[in-house]
Amino acid sequence: MDISSLTLTQAKSLLADGDITSEALVSGHLKRIDEQNENLHALLGVSEQALDEARQADTRRAKGEDGGVLAGIPIAIKDNILVQGWENTSCSQVLEGHRSAYSATVVERLKAAGAILIGRTNMDEFAMGSSTESSHFGPTKNPWDAERVPGGSSGGSAAAVAAGFVPAALGSDTGGSIRQPASLCGVVGLKPTYGRVSRYGLMAMASSLDQIGPITRTVEDAALVLQVIEGKDPRDATSVELQETTIPELMTDSLEGMTLGIPDEYFLEGMDDTIKSLVMDAVAQLKERGATVEKISMPHAKYALAAYYVLMPCEASSNLGRFDGLRFGYHSSGNTLTETYERSRGEGFGSEVKRRILLGSYALSAGYYDAYYRKALKVRTLIKRDFDDALKRVDAIVTPTSPCVAWKLGEKFGDPLTMYLSDIYTITANLATVPAISLPCGFSEGLPVGLQLMGRPFDEQTLYRIGMAYQKVTDWHTRTPV
Amino acid sequence: MDITHLAKLARLALTPEEIQSYQGQLGSILQYVDTLQELDTEQVPELQHAIEVTNVFRLDVPEGCEMDVRERSLKNFSNRSEDLLKVQAVFDGRTE
Repeated sequence: MDISSLTLTQAKSLLADGDITSEALVSGHLKRIDEQNENLHALLGVSEQALDEARQADTRRAKGEDGGVLAGIPIAIKDNILVQGWENTSCSQVLEGHRSAYSATVVERLKAAGAILIGRTNMDEFAMGSSTESSHFGPTKNPWDAERVPGGSSGGSAAAVAAGFVPAALGSDTGGSIRQPASLCGVVGLKPTYGRVSRYGLMAMASSLDQIGPITRTVEDAALVLQVIEGKDPRDATSVELQETTIPELMTDSLEGMTLGIPDEYFLEGMDDTIKSLVMDAVAQLKERGATVEKISMPHAKYALAAYYVLMPCEASSNLGRFDGLRFGYHSSGNTLTETYERSRGEGFGSEVKRRILLGSYALSAGYYDAYYRKALKVRTLIKRDFDDALKRVDAIVTPTSPCVAWKLGEKFGDPLTMYLSDIYTITANLATVPAISLPCGFSEGLPVGLQLMGRPFDEQTLYRIGMAYQKVTDWHTRTPV
Repeated sequence: MDITHLAKLARLALTPEEIQSYQGQLGSILQYVDTLQELDTEQVPELQHAIEVTNVFRLDVPEGCEMDVRERSLKNFSNRSEDLLKVQAVFDGRTE
């Protein structure tokens, strides 16, 4: 049995039927990591307890105890999500030597459901980037072509799933950081509605945009993981009480009665022809399953990236104020306290993080606040209204996830604006707070292409239904890199 | 844009090379961001909250203050003697 290519659902049923032990499952994945991680650099560290925990899960199962929905299944965690005792750094030098004092709510929930946390994944420093190249620990490589980036910022999580290191990983998404790497690595990435998942224990980048979500091989697996981590948490006041979601009922392959919207603004002239035609092929397949397709217009989409590059740095520059060189991590002494702050931060943060702190400080400074920050908040309202209007007519919006396939390492790293443009299709969902999922829909010159579905706030079910119907009649998600 | 002033505001020590490269990069990002000014937003309200919540209150009783979390948090501090956290003088002209 090829353990590395199992989906979470397959692993779950093999475990339930006694056809495999958790120990075999986890050690199979550890072997895979051992063979390939040195080259791919998707994982930064592997938990030493993972095998023990797997054996304990087997013992509980043998005794007939209910170990939970994810009992004995290995999951990897993005390095900006706290796991008590782990050396979580958000891949920044500023947190060198930091050890998490407590676990994020999502981590507690995964553990309560029996999951085995196998290791922390590489990412862009503080989730700021689209290629995982800004990690203090060096870049992750794309499993489909090791000369290319995996996307980012959750590039380690996406590469880990694509390479068969784990059947599922957690990422975080502020402007596309789950979906874009999922697209570039040929796996599924789900950004939940803002408020669906507690952010407690997630190192904050932009608090009004950040959400934690799963990266998996299938839509069904993403739904399963989300069900475990979602729901109200008193420790995050923006998390919301949810209606119960039931996945099996959604497993119909008919999309009868469903209307999909195709926004002109996401299919611009000059876009990659192969990506466009693969997305339109996917739309045709959804049509065959019974969906109706409509053209829609989202006139403010073209302003989304500009609004994002005001709001995100503003929030990030405030959030990163806590890294003072004293409370945790990197410390560089100066002659005065102010000098200590300046040195610790100047030396500890990498170039992209400093760039965004400066940008946010500028936009929030006296005289510029109205022109930048307040203006961008108003434009965010216009973008949200575009979504509200469109989603009155259609049940979901279909677009490409990324305007391009995985690019070569180093290709865009020196040019921030070009790098930012790779998030142009994903950023709107964060600004509008809606749920969005990326799933594999084909290959362009051997590299994966992603299809993005965006839905109504808190209506992840519709995305599951469309995504599952699509994956029932296609096999893109079953392809694995050599 | 005065990068040196901004770096002061943001408490970042930057090298002359960094200041020079940020000057150019931030300039081109701001130029891109300026497309927002095309839009007439006079009558548009600001999106202040990502989710509709009003004040979320709880009873004024300590909770979630586990001793071991406190211990572990203290261990992350750069300089301390037992439970006392040591920092340099906060006000100018003082040495301790």
